[in-house]
Amino acid sequence: MTSVREWIDSGRHAVSERWHNGPRWMRWAVIAAVIVFFYALPNREFYQWLGPIPTTGSNFGQVLFTISIYVLLAVGLNIVVGFAGLLDLGYFGFFAVGAYTVAVFTSPSSDLKTLWPWLLALPLAIVLTMISGVMLGTPTLRLRGDYLAIVTLGFAEMIRVAATSSAFLKGQRGFNQIPHPPGSYSDGKPIFGVLDPRPYYWLVLTLIILVVIGVRNLNRSRVGRAWISIREDEDAAQLMGVPTFKFKLWAFASGAAIGGLAGALFAGKQNFVSSQNLELLNSIIILAAVILGGSGNIVGAIVGGGLVAYLIERFRGIEFFGIELYEYRFMLFGVVLVVMMIFRPQGLIPNRRRAAEFKDRRKEVIVGG
Amino acid sequence: MDFNALFSDFGGYTITGLTVGAIYALVALGYTLVYGVLRLINFAHSEVFIAGAFAAIWGWSALGLDRDSVVSGFGSIMLYLLVGALIAAVASAGTATVVEQVAYRPLRKRNAPPLAFLITAIGASIAIAEAFGIYTRRLPVGAPTVVKNDVLFTIFGAEVTAVQLLILGSALGMMVALDLFINRSRIGRGIRAVAQDQNTAALMGINKDRIILVVFIIGGVMAGVAGMLYDVRIGALTYSVGFLLGLKAFTAAVLGGIGNLRGALVGGLLLGLVENYASALFGANWKDLVAFVVLVVLLMFRPTGLLGESLGRARA
Repeated sequence: MTSVREWIDSGRHAVSERWHNGPRWMRWAVIAAVIVFFYALPNREFYQWLGPIPTTGSNFGQVLFTISIYVLLAVGLNIVVGFAGLLDLGYFGFFAVGAYTVAVFTSPSSDLKTLWPWLLALPLAIVLTMISGVMLGTPTLRLRGDYLAIVTLGFAEMIRVAATSSAFLKGQRGFNQIPHPPGSYSDGKPIFGVLDPRPYYWLVLTLIILVVIGVRNLNRSRVGRAWISIREDEDAAQLMGVPTFKFKLWAFASGAAIGGLAGALFAGKQNFVSSQNLELLNSIIILAAVILGGSGNIVGAIVGGGLVAYLIERFRGIEFFGIELYEYRFMLFGVVLVVMMIFRPQGLIPNRRRAAEFKDRRKEVIVGG
Repeated sequence: MDFNALFSDFGGYTITGLTVGAIYALVALGYTLVYGVLRLINFAHSEVFIAGAFAAIWGWSALGLDRDSVVSGFGSIMLYLLVGALIAAVASAGTATVVEQVAYRPLRKRNAPPLAFLITAIGASIAIAEAFGIYTRRLPVGAPTVVKNDVLFTIFGAEVTAVQLLILGSALGMMVALDLFINRSRIGRGIRAVAQDQNTAALMGINKDRIILVVFIIGGVMAGVAGMLYDVRIGALTYSVGFLLGLKAFTAAVLGGIGNLRGALVGGLLLGLVENYASALFGANWKDLVAFVVLVVLLMFRPTGLLGESLGRARA
C-alpha cells in the first residue's frame, strides 16, 4: 500500500518537476493543445474516436455545456474557499441570483416587462450578484469563519424559499422565453439556437479561459498575496497591516460575480428559469468539486469541477448491482468530502503552498490527543 | 401585514411558538455543547436529530403501531412515549458517536484546520441525510398517533393541547436535568474544564477524548428526544426536514449565545415565538425566512447572543 502510494507520489513529483522546470514554450504548447482538444470535443467527428468517454444516454454537447458551467462555478468558488480560505456553503445562491436577474429583466412573463436583450442583462446580473455578495459578506465576514458557513448555507435556502413563494419570482411556473445570446451566421441563422448546444459550450469555454486568466493574475497580485496571508493566519495578516476585512469581502464579491456569470449563461441557454432549478445540494457538489480537485489551485478546481460534473452525468442511467447510481450521487459526494478531509485534505492536484500548510499543522504538538 | 390574524389568536400563536421553540431548544443544545467544547459547528447534528426521529417511528412500528394506530389509556401512552424516547435517544446518540469517531477524531489527531472540520461535517451531514432519503424512497413516513391532540385546558384564551403540554414539559424537564448534570456532576465538571482549556484540562488528568465523546452523546440524547417529540407533533417525517430544522436550531443557539446552555433554551423559545408571530403577520410561506433574517441581524449587532457565550466561564 505504502509503496504504491510512494510510487504514485514520485511519479507525480517527476511530472510536476518537469512541468515547472521545462522550457516556457513547452508549457504553452501543452496548454494550447489542451484548449484545442476541449474546443474540438463536442464535435461528433472528433469524440467518436474517444471510446467510452462520451456519455451515451444524452446529447454529449449538452453534457459538455453542463460540465463547463460546473467548471466555471468551481473556478469562482475556488477564489472564496481556496484562496481566501472562507467556507461558502451557499455558492449556488449566487448562481440563482444571476439566473433570476436575467430572467426578470428579459422574460416576457416577468412583471417588469422590460424585455431587455440577453447581452444587456448580463452585466446587470454580474453587478447584482456582486452586490448580493457584499450584502451577505458585510455582516458575516467580520466574524469567525464558521458563522459565514452557516449564513451562506441559509442564504442559498432563503433564495430558494423566496423564489418558490414570492409572486414576483413566479415559483415553480418560472420565467420562460428568456432570450438567447445575440449573433447570427452569414446566412442569417442565429448562432445560439435551440437545437445545437455546442455554441453555448464554446461560449462558456471561452469565458472560462478569460476568467481563469483574470483570476490567475489577480491571485499573483497584491490581492492574491493578501488572500493567502488571510488563509494562513488571519490575525498575523491583520498585524502585518493587511486590511483583512476588505480583502475577504473582495474575495467574496469576485467569487459571487463569477457565480452570477454562470447563472446568466445558464439562463440564456435554457431560456427557462424556475425554482425547480435551485436544488440546494448543488452548492455542496461545487464545494466537493473544489475540495476534490485541490482547493487553492485553479487547475485543481477546473479538474475537480469537470470530473464531478462528468461523473454525475455518467452515473445517469447506469445500474450497478441493480442500484441506480444517479440516485446515490449526493451521498457519494458527502462521503467523498469526509474521506478527502481525512486522507488527502489538499486535494488531487494540490496547491504547493496549501499542501505545505496542512503538513505543517500536523507537526504541531497536541496535548492529551 | 395582517395584525388582525395575530391579535385575534395571540395566545394560540404564543403557545404554538413555544412548542416549536422547545424542539428547537433541545436540538440547539447539541450545537451549543459541541461548540462550547470543540469550537466546531457540528453540521451533522441535524442528521443526528433525523436518526432519532426515524428510529422512534420504526421502533413504534416494531411494537405493532402503524401510521393509523391511535394509542389510548394514560399508562400505555406513557409507556410508548418512554420506549420511543429511549429508542430515539439511543439511535441519535449512536449516530453522534459514529460521526465523532469516524469523521472528527481523525482530524483532531492531525490538528487539521477548522475549515477541514466544517467540510467534513457538511459531508457527513449530506451522506447521512441521503442515506435516509434513499432508504425511505424520499417519501414521508407516517407516525402513529401516540398522543391525541385533545385540548386539556385554556389559559389566557389560548387552548393548550396534550401534545403541546408534553413537548413543553419534557423539554423543560430535560433542560433542568442537563443543567444540573453539567454544573453539579463530576463529568459535568470535566466538560466545563475541557471547554475552558482543552490542553490544560488534559494535563490535569482529564481524558479529553472521553469527555468529547460524552458531549456528543449528550447532544445526541437531547436531539433524539426532540426527534420523538417532532414525530408526535407533526405525525409524519421526511428525510430532508433535518436541514432546515438544524439551521433554525443553530440560529437559536447563536441567538441565546452559542456555548451557553441556558442560552439555547432562551434562544429556542424566542425563535419559535418570533417565527410564529411572523408567519401570522406575513403568511406561512415566509416563515422559514424569519430564522435567517434573525441570524443575520443578530450577527450584525450582537454576535455573542443574548446571554453571552460561555460553557466553562465568561469568555472575553
